[in-house]
Formats: sequence, structure tokens, C-alpha cells
Amino acid sequence: MKQYLSKRIFSSILAITGLFVMVFFLARLTGDPGHLYLPIDAPLEVRKEFSEKHGFNDPIYLQFGKFLGDLTDGNLGYSLRKERPAIDIVLEAIPVTLSLAAVAMSIALLGAIIIGSLAAYSPNGIFDRISRVVSLTAASAPDFWVAITAILIFSVSLGWLPTSGIGGVPYWIMPIGILVIRPLGLLVQVVRGSMITALSSDFVKTARAKGVKENIVIFKHALRNGLLPVITVAGDQAAAIANGAVIVETIFGWPGIGKLMIDSIMQRDFAVVQASILVTAIVILFINIIIDIAYAVLDPRIRHK
Amino acid sequence: MVTKVSDANKSLLKVNNLSVSFDTAEGSFDAVRAVNFDLKKGETLAIIGESGSGKSVTASVIMGILTCPPGRIKSGEVLLNDLDILKLSDSDRRKLMGSKVAIIFQDTLSHLNPVFSVGSQIAECFEVHKNLSKKESWNRAVKLLERVSIPNPSKRAKDFPHQFSGGQRQRVMIAMALALEPDIIIADEPTTALDVTIQAKILELLGELRDERNMGLILITHDLAVAAEISDKLIVLNEGKIVEKGITRDVFINPNHTYTKQLMDSIPGKITKNKKKTSKKIFKPILQIKNISKFYDTIACDDVSFNLYPNEVLGIVGESGSGKTTVSNLILRLSSPSNGKILYHGKNILNFNKKDLLNFRRKVQVVFQDPYASLNPTMNIYEIISEPWVIHSDFLDKKLYKSKVSDLLISVGLHPDDAIKFPHQFSGGQRQRIAIARALALNPEIIICDEAVSALDVSIQAQIIKLLLNLRNKFSLSYIFIAHDLPVVKDLADRVIVMKSGKIIEQGLVNDVFNSPKEKYTKDLLKASPSIENLIN
Repeated sequence: MKQYLSKRIFSSILAITGLFVMVFFLARLTGDPGHLYLPIDAPLEVRKEFSEKHGFNDPIYLQFGKFLGDLTDGNLGYSLRKERPAIDIVLEAIPVTLSLAAVAMSIALLGAIIIGSLAAYSPNGIFDRISRVVSLTAASAPDFWVAITAILIFSVSLGWLPTSGIGGVPYWIMPIGILVIRPLGLLVQVVRGSMITALSSDFVKTARAKGVKENIVIFKHALRNGLLPVITVAGDQAAAIANGAVIVETIFGWPGIGKLMIDSIMQRDFAVVQASILVTAIVILFINIIIDIAYAVLDPRIRHK
Repeated sequence: MVTKVSDANKSLLKVNNLSVSFDTAEGSFDAVRAVNFDLKKGETLAIIGESGSGKSVTASVIMGILTCPPGRIKSGEVLLNDLDILKLSDSDRRKLMGSKVAIIFQDTLSHLNPVFSVGSQIAECFEVHKNLSKKESWNRAVKLLERVSIPNPSKRAKDFPHQFSGGQRQRVMIAMALALEPDIIIADEPTTALDVTIQAKILELLGELRDERNMGLILITHDLAVAAEISDKLIVLNEGKIVEKGITRDVFINPNHTYTKQLMDSIPGKITKNKKKTSKKIFKPILQIKNISKFYDTIACDDVSFNLYPNEVLGIVGESGSGKTTVSNLILRLSSPSNGKILYHGKNILNFNKKDLLNFRRKVQVVFQDPYASLNPTMNIYEIISEPWVIHSDFLDKKLYKSKVSDLLISVGLHPDDAIKFPHQFSGGQRQRIAIARALALNPEIIICDEAVSALDVSIQAQIIKLLLNLRNKFSLSYIFIAHDLPVVKDLADRVIVMKSGKIIEQGLVNDVFNSPKEKYTKDLLKASPSIENLIN
């Protein structure tokens, strides 16, 4: 297991390095930041001076070399727009997104396990039929539309919840609610499928023949086995949210990593783009390692490989 | 004294007029029809039948684990100590399951939960029924593992099912069933997947525990010899009905019903024909295996040498891990030996180029053990049988495919119309016939049968053996017949090789090896193999 993890970390570092190089060059294809930062009628000398100052005139390999040099000092560059170290800006944004992602995924996972298991207990029963329709709808709901409709209903018409911004519990309700919908719908279907398989397994028969109560049969014997495929999908979904709940953050004005990334791309704020991608990639790497560990914890057969 | 006798005569379990049906999309069919039996303390009842006879359904009803629907109990009562458990509420009934009556299943790898340690699975019985603390339950679980002779029990209790061998897993299962000292243990095919020496030990353990605790034992099996070894009385089920009932010894000496007679006739190991005496002087061997070895992490096959002569059936017997299948893979060139030579008509197949190898493969075909897994479920029978000709495109003109498929189906006892059907529409025995037809498609010289009949019911097994012998004469084939089941090899083979841990222990003519084995291992194997003769004589 240790060997497997270290292999996994090593290959992830390679991937992150490759990603980083790619982002550096691709970002510079989007055009000259000067066009965005200087007034339209700025004279040529000013433009030249701007480019000179930020090093945009140097050949791209020189820029890359300087970037690598800075990187070894732990310096990810300065934000053009905010005139602060890029990494500081990113590290302010990431906890916002992560807390949003953690709460949303916990709710989605818990809800999916309960609903999915109960649906699987009597397939084609009334509960199963309802949960199938609802989960399919949820899994295919377009979140931008749901978000705007929710604002219209709960903020504009009813006035119960704030439209945007960050603050106490009321500010969390809508963004979390919107983020939960899709993973919940998807996970209910995955849990249902894997629990139907687990509940028809032979070891469930053994447990029943031992006189074990039905709730223990479902939530101990079957669930522990049924969770394995669920974890893969849940990890995928968690990574997607951590990668920036772009739409939700933009609509609700949450200062998270998704919003930061979109803004800095729009503003050609290269240093921030790079820093946020690096940090996100590391977060996703950690999520993947957590999934691997969770697998090993749940399934001894993987642990002993 | 008197009380003791009346106590002993009291039935622990009485099944009266039990009928169970299954409601499926094609309609309802009766799996168990008006079955009656009873069981007393210290007694062993064998329920014998082939697949689909309703024996496991009966056990599921007693254990309250019949899946309903599609299952439906139509009538009858199951009296456990005079209490009809079919009338109890689920929670009342759960209190009896595991504590008064417990079950041991066949496929222990799937019947034990893969994600919990064996210790905790046994301990769960005490937590559920006796409300004991975790620690006390665990200690009792360790004691039980010790009782069923798991070495180093306090350490092994923490291990998971996949870390045990098949025989040890069955011991764990038995320990779990024993936990609450039930009055009755139901053993559903407890030894079917096990090697013969392990089987003997498990049966011995069950008998010992039954006597020690004066329990009632219900042994569900398709194997008449196993029933003969351990049971006091038996019932024979056929299509859900009891066709024969009585004291085990009486039934085997004098079976009444034709079905029982048919089953007894199907038992392998009774054909007393004159075995072919292959004369080495007349025939040159088709296949010469010379000192082959194969090393993986361990030694799978070590310095093995033998010959195969034309029109001969060569049996290879041994327990799991003895290297039988490795030898077959080496001959088929599915893997290459680490050392040694394999000569086919005097030429070393290891030096064959692509074209030679293709021709060699045409001449050497294989029939595998599991006819459910070895046929592609998405191909119809015509496609399955004709596929070899597509690969060996010079073998047969495409226009002749259809008539040749029909010929092959007829020669394995199926109907030409079966060509358009798919594998799932056939029974296990029929599927094995299809696999044999496919093997015959390229007019091979040699067919390797790797446990080809071990997944089949005994009466079907007898039919397939007969078919293989007929085909040998018709197409002048040679077989390499790999099996763990000694009586089957005795019926079919001319010569036999006994393997253990990758080495050949003994080889010779079948009658010589079986009637007067020279090596101790061969003697042990033969002794462990259950038989009805022991009971009758």
C-alpha cells in the first residue's frame, strides 16, 4: 500500500508539472495583458514601458526561465490587478471553495447512502420508483438555471434568503443547495445499483441466517461492500466541485477559487491563473489519495495487495 | 433412562407437507412439492438431489432466507421443537436463526463477508443473540476457531476470508454455525468445491461435532458417496418431490425408485471394461513431454515427463495446486516452460514458427471446466462452433459451415436446430456438449479436458463421459483428461498420472494405479475419496 501510494504521488507530481508548463504557455496565447490594463488611448511608450516592466517583451523561453527561477524560491509571481503575491490571493480563495465543497459533498453522500440503500432494499417498490425519477431529474438539472430560479423564488419573491455574498448561515443555504443537487442525484443512482448487488450477495444470506437484524444487514454487511464504487464517483464529484464551483460561485458572488480563476483569466492575470491552477491540482491530488486510502480502509483485499 | 430414550426419540425438526413455488415471468413452477421429513438428536439426514431438485430451496425455507418473491411458500409447516417457524413473526424467527438452527454453505468465499475479519463475523453471533460485550464475543470466537482446528487462532481471527484456503474457510463457516450451540446444523454442499483429502477432513469434523454436541445434522449434497460416508438416513429429491426415503445403507443396497437406481448407476468408478493396453512398441507417441518445468513465484511444475499415444485417454489427477492445469497450459502453448521440451510427432513445439503453431493448435483442442463461463453469451451456437473455421480459413469452405455445424451437433447428441440458440438457453450438460462440438470442429488429434465434467450433476457427468468415449472411437482422438475426481478418471482413462506440488508422484495403467497404488500419496488420495462400497461392504 505504501509503495502504491508513493508511486501514485510521484506520477501525480509529474502530471502537475506537465500541466503547469502547458498552462504557462497557453495563458500567454490569450494575448497581451497591456491591452486590458491600459486605457484604450494609452500612448505607445506607456505600453512599451508596461510590457518592459512586467517582462512581457522578453522571449517566451526567457519568461519561462524566470518563472521557474522564481518558483524555486517559492514565488508564484505577482498579481497584475491586485499588486499582491498571487499565492496569497489564491490561498484566501481556496478555503472558501473547500468549505463549500466539503459541506455539499457530505450532504450529498449521506443523503445518497440513505436514499439509495432504502431504494435498493425493495427494488421497484414505491420508494424506489419515486427516488429513481427524482434522482434522474436532479442528476440532469442545469445548475445555472436552478440557481437563478432559486434566487427569483427565495430572494426576490419571498425575500427569505440573501441573493449573494458571504456571511452567516442564510448565505450558505442556496449555494450549498444548488451544489448538492447534481452529485446527490448521481450518487443515489450509484448507491442504489451497488446496494442491489450487495444485498443479493451470498454473504447477506449468511448474515440473515445468523439472525442479524435487517437494518444491520443493510447498513453494516451490505453497505460496506456497496460503498466501493460509490467512493469512486463521489471522489470524482468532489474533485469537480473543488475545481471551482464556477457557476455557483459566480452567480452567488462567492469569493472562491472558481470565481478567482474565471476573473483572472478574463483579466489576463497570468500569475494568479498559474497559482490557482497549481493549488487546485494539488487539492485534486489529495482528494485522489484520500479515495485510495478510503478504498484500502473499506476493502481488506486491496489493503493486502 | 426412560426419559432419555423418549428425549432421543423426539424430533428436533419436522417438515410437513412443504410446498414452495417460484413465480417467474414465464409462469409459476413448483420447486418443492409436498416434502415431509424429520430429524432427531444426533442424527444425520442426507438430502440428495441434482441441481434444481429443490434441496437448497428446502434449506432456505428452514433458515428463513428464501427470497420472496419470486419464492412463495404454498403450504406446509416447519416444526422446530414443535413450534411452527413459518407462523412466527420475522423478529421472533430471527431469534431462532443461528441459535437453534444454523447453516453452512458451499461457496465460502462468497458466503463470508469479504470486508470483515473472520473473528468479527463469528463474534457477531454472540453480539446479536447473547448481547455479550465485544471483547467476550471475540474471545469466544477465537475459542471456536481453535475447536475447528485453525492453527494459531488468536492471530488468524483478525484475518479476512480471502487470506484462508478453501478448506480453512469451510472450518470458519463451521465455527460460525457452531457458535450458539444450535440443535441443528444444515450443511448445504459443504465439501463440493474442496479437494478430496480436505473433504474427508471436513466430513470427519462435522461428524465429530455432531456426536460431541448431540446435534442433528442435515447434509445437502449431490454426491451419493458423501451421503454414504456420513448419513444415517436419506431422502432423494427429484424435481421437488421425494422419490426415495429410508435408512442410508438400506437405500444404497436396495434402491426402490428408478431415479435412485439411475443416480446410483451414474456414480463414476464402476465401469469395469477392459482398458486399452497401449502398446508402446506398435505406436509412436503423438506427444512427448520431456522434463518440463515452469517457475512462477513458486514451482508450478517440476521436471514432468510423459508420453501420449494415439487413441489413448491419459488421466492427470491431483489436488488444487498440484500443477495439472499448468501442464495443460504448457502443452497448449498458452505459456512457455522454463525448462524442457514438448515434442509433437517428434518436433519440438517450442521452436514452432507462427504457421507451424497455428497448425499445431488446430490439432490440439481444449474443453474447459465451467461451461457457463467458457461460451460467449452474445454468440449463438452456430457462431461459436464455426468460429474455429473463420480463424483457420483454409479448413472449410464457407458454404459448408452450416451442414458441418449440424453434423457436429448431432455427433454430440444435440439437434441441428439448436444452432440458432444462445448458450443461456441450454443446461450445464448441454453447454458442455456444445463446448465439445467446438473442440471437434477442426478434426483435432488431441483434446485436453480440464476438469471438463466436474461442474456437472452426476447423471449428466455419466452421459458426458459416455459421449467422450464414443467420440474417441469415432474420430480416433486422444484425450488428456485432467481431474481431481478419482472415480471419473478411473472410468475414462487408460493410463493415469498422479501429480502433487508440481511433480509426478506415480504413473501407470489405470487399473494398476487404482488397485495397487505404490506411493503413499496415491493411497491417501484413494482412501480419502468417499465411496458407497465402504458402507455396503
